[in-house]
Amino acid sequence: MRWALVPWAILTMLAAPAGAQDSMPPAPYAYRQLDDAAQEAKARALMETLRCLKCQSQSIADSDAPMAGDMRSQVRIRIAAGEEPEAVRAWLIERYGDYVSYKPEMSRSTWPLFAIPLLLAVVAAVILARRLRGRA
Amino acid sequence: MKALRFWLPLVALVGFLGLAGYMLTKPKDEFVESRMVGKPLPFFTLDPAVPDRPGLASRDFATGKPRLLNIFASWCVPCAAEAPQLKALAARGVDIAGIAIRDRPEDVAAFLARYGNPYSAIGKDDLSEVQLAIGSSGVPETFVIDGKGRIAYQHIGDIRAENVSMLLKKLEEAR
Repeated sequence: MRWALVPWAILTMLAAPAGAQDSMPPAPYAYRQLDDAAQEAKARALMETLRCLKCQSQSIADSDAPMAGDMRSQVRIRIAAGEEPEAVRAWLIERYGDYVSYKPEMSRSTWPLFAIPLLLAVVAAVILARRLRGRA
Repeated sequence: MKALRFWLPLVALVGFLGLAGYMLTKPKDEFVESRMVGKPLPFFTLDPAVPDRPGLASRDFATGKPRLLNIFASWCVPCAAEAPQLKALAARGVDIAGIAIRDRPEDVAAFLARYGNPYSAIGKDDLSEVQLAIGSSGVPETFVIDGKGRIAYQHIGDIRAENVSMLLKKLEEAR
């Protein structure tokens, strides 16, 4: 009899805690694609490389958080108005810093990430060349 | 010399693992700070969120007097928690402007009736547009806007009792 309760207990554990969220309808272009397919593709590519600020491991394209929806709507409206995707990205970086963008960017703090692998490859090539010459 | 070359990679690896292990024990910083601090408030005009308070526009800030700009929502639990602190600030003569994020007028009115209304004006931001424009990433957040309409300071999260004097100081500095 007691075992009959086990599935219920498991179901209860799976239930997500109710998060604080508003009851407003989503922003106009949160879930609606742009009519122009080329513009939608541009907006889509941009949204996949912008970080959701409420759910920081997701892109705004992946997230159902209302704020991510508002960001998607704003991205789509700006792209539809003829703004370039990189200009929209720059607008957001101006407000939230590099953190809002997933696109790898070479900057004063990130250049070692690009330089170190190159440096290691050069070192490996030199070592390899010296060893091969020694063998020949 | 030979021994050094033999042990060096291991020492480097242990050092790296030690550093990685140490960094794992540090809590992750979840806050995304606004880069708009130090810059002028971006242009905006918002309709009133409740009938008994005016709406809010960016031009209401460059009046020579520092104000607090509180980003809140009736559906946000920590916003209710900071209500006594906002009340205390208002009692000290601080002018508090509010922006209600994604909220219905009746919900805002019920929230204010329950927790008090420290705001002199409340704008409604149904699409988080102003929130995005000022680099705010959640509710509640509180900005100190100086008399020239410049964003002087950002407080992320609810205002605790111990933050009140700090905010009063920031307002004094933003004169």
